[in-house]
Amino acid sequence: MATPLVVSEVFKSFTMHLRDGIKLPVVNDVNFSVASGECVVLGGPSGIGKSSILKMLYGNYAVDAGQILVGHKDKIVDIAHADPRTILEVRRHTLGYVSQFLRTVPRVSALDVVAEPLFARGVDAAQAKDKAAELLAKLNLPRELWSLPPATFSGGEQQRVNIARGFITSHRILLLDEPTASLDAVNRRVVVEMIAEKKREGVAMLGIFHDEEVREAVADRILDVSQFSPRKAIAA
Amino acid sequence: MTDTPLLKVSGVSKFYGSRIGCKDVNFELWPGEVLAIVGESGSGKTTLLNCLSTRLMPTAGSVEYRMRDGNFRDLYHMSEAERRFLMRTDWGFVHQNPADGLRMTVSAGANVGERLMAIGDRHYGKIRETASDWLSRVEISTDRIDDQPRAFSGGMRQRLQIARNLVTGPRLVFMDEPTGGLDVSVQARLLDLLRGLVNDLGLAAIVVTHDLAVARLLSHRMMVMKDGHVIEHGLTDRVLDDPREPYTQLFVSSILQV
Amino acid sequence: MTDLATYNFAYLDEQTKRMIRRAILKAIAIPGYQVPFASREMPMPYGWGTGGVQVTASIIGPEDVLKVIDQGADDTTNAVSIRAFFQKVANVAVTTHTSDATIIQTRHRIPEQKLGENQVLVYQVPIPEPLRFLEPRETETRKMHALEEYGLMHVKLYEDIAHNGRISKTYAYPVKVDGRYVMDPSPTPKFDNPKMHMSDALQLFGAGREKRIYAVPPYTEVVSLDFEDYPFEIQKFEQDCALCGAHGVYLDEVVLDDKGGRMFVCSDTDHCEDRREHGHVGEMLAPSKEAAE
Repeated sequence: MATPLVVSEVFKSFTMHLRDGIKLPVVNDVNFSVASGECVVLGGPSGIGKSSILKMLYGNYAVDAGQILVGHKDKIVDIAHADPRTILEVRRHTLGYVSQFLRTVPRVSALDVVAEPLFARGVDAAQAKDKAAELLAKLNLPRELWSLPPATFSGGEQQRVNIARGFITSHRILLLDEPTASLDAVNRRVVVEMIAEKKREGVAMLGIFHDEEVREAVADRILDVSQFSPRKAIAA
Repeated sequence: MTDTPLLKVSGVSKFYGSRIGCKDVNFELWPGEVLAIVGESGSGKTTLLNCLSTRLMPTAGSVEYRMRDGNFRDLYHMSEAERRFLMRTDWGFVHQNPADGLRMTVSAGANVGERLMAIGDRHYGKIRETASDWLSRVEISTDRIDDQPRAFSGGMRQRLQIARNLVTGPRLVFMDEPTGGLDVSVQARLLDLLRGLVNDLGLAAIVVTHDLAVARLLSHRMMVMKDGHVIEHGLTDRVLDDPREPYTQLFVSSILQV
Repeated sequence: MTDLATYNFAYLDEQTKRMIRRAILKAIAIPGYQVPFASREMPMPYGWGTGGVQVTASIIGPEDVLKVIDQGADDTTNAVSIRAFFQKVANVAVTTHTSDATIIQTRHRIPEQKLGENQVLVYQVPIPEPLRFLEPRETETRKMHALEEYGLMHVKLYEDIAHNGRISKTYAYPVKVDGRYVMDPSPTPKFDNPKMHMSDALQLFGAGREKRIYAVPPYTEVVSLDFEDYPFEIQKFEQDCALCGAHGVYLDEVVLDDKGGRMFVCSDTDHCEDRREHGHVGEMLAPSKEAAE
């Protein structure tokens, strides 16, 4: 499948039952697709729904209407309507997510946090740890931190653990939620290079990058999210 | 990804006279899947757990379980002997209060070894070796093997209860507020341990909790209960990040942020 | 016989005997299973063998010859009283010779001499439930018997080994009867357990206060519970009987004075006397020893 991710006619709103049931529209009629080896960056002012789109794609947000089609193994799965088990299965094998913040788990070392997605796919533990070590080294995380749980790491260090964790697998689709936000210039360049490598491997990527330099470097295409804004629709 | 569920629950209801314990609960559970049942006290989550684990007979409905031979059996139509055998071999039940799930007056080793002896292990040395292995897996120092759980802290007792349940390699574990009575740091350690064990052993688990943090960390899927009804059901991330029902929104927003 | 007019034969009324016989038959049919029965008040306190006495009263006939032993001895209060009781209420012949008896009522021992097909051994049982101290709920223990859930029994043995390095239980040692029910053999020393296995004699157990009767029919498997690496073992005595020189029998320790003097003698008094009558002499009675003193 040359186009592993197709989003069509997706609508999303929040109903705030605690505030008299007011309905907050988030995005309307979202349509786009991401091809293999392409990195699409979501653009537009903050609060326009970029993160919401990523969360819908990953299954964290429910969708009011529309389809989110993901090429998973030999099938096409509609994330908008898939049951939880299927979503977890797609996450495990096809759809990766690098969030801005690391949800730390107490007492698990950075190396194991990074290697975990490979454990989950049944990769041999030693092999998974080798791969994790390689990535952490590439991202310049001091070696003495590898065996420590990341809870006490600085923001930048946590983010590098998170990036390594997100990039370790060979997921065909990666969602990137500001992976470079707290990184210094050197490591930003490392991430840019890693993204380029993923592109060469044919991975479809959809991301949010506020850093202009990074965005320029990685984006094949910028998708202006404001076109899906319900506010625009109302104005028109 | 196996295509056969481990447990099929359909139309399970329990009434206490005219009062509803739980009503018309339907779901399927697959191997390796962790389901959290959340809700406030009195919402029927423990009633449901007891019905599912056959500790309580429901008023209506059926629960089918896939036995090791691959055949489904209706739990409520099994003989008591079969059910009890299932409960001490292929299932585990972790009680909120470890004293309910442990023999407080026999040693830690015997607590872990009991299930092995119940299924016919008759080699003291091997039983003890297995018990000691399990104690270390739940981070209890093996030199405590001959001590009674009465001499253990709350967290240790709970870990011992877990070892006692997992020693026969069950495929399904029921947990009723497993971290309930523990203080926060002990809770974190236990959660982490549980998470690791569930992953390593590929256990399916049904966890009743009112603690959404526990649900987030342990479960893949979540059911929210209110007044005996399942009002929302879905991927744990989805229910917590985008709760749909008014009650769920209230429930999620009631968590204290640390 | 006139002085018996006030009593029915063997004290119990016939209806009660029938009821008890039905319980006995059921117990024989299900070896090791505890059959509840409507235990009667007996003219002796609980703990003095009311269960055994009721069983004996229900099976005894005018032709029977009764022997009663208490911890192996024919001449202790309990044994003497019960023997006298049946002499009075059933007018039966009594004996102290194991081989002459047709019914032997016992408290806590099995005679050394092998019993035969024409003999019945009646045990007095204080607590029939082997799981009692592990699981106090009677409803639960009955269920455990019904479902053959006996893991707990081994938990007890496990604890013994863990704390003492061996199975330290020396009496009331649990057995499995006919491959099915776990049974408490009453507080006999485990030394006697092997004698229960494939016994020629019928073995009946009566617990008066607990209102239970159970049985081991002749030629039934009785296996003492154990672990593969800690097999069941009976007590071994280094000494011989000081009176009759018997070896490989169960011995009682008798303190002789306040200077630490002691001797070991047969617990089975009849066995000991019989041996002495046949010319066996132990260290204590040996002429050479007496001469030396």
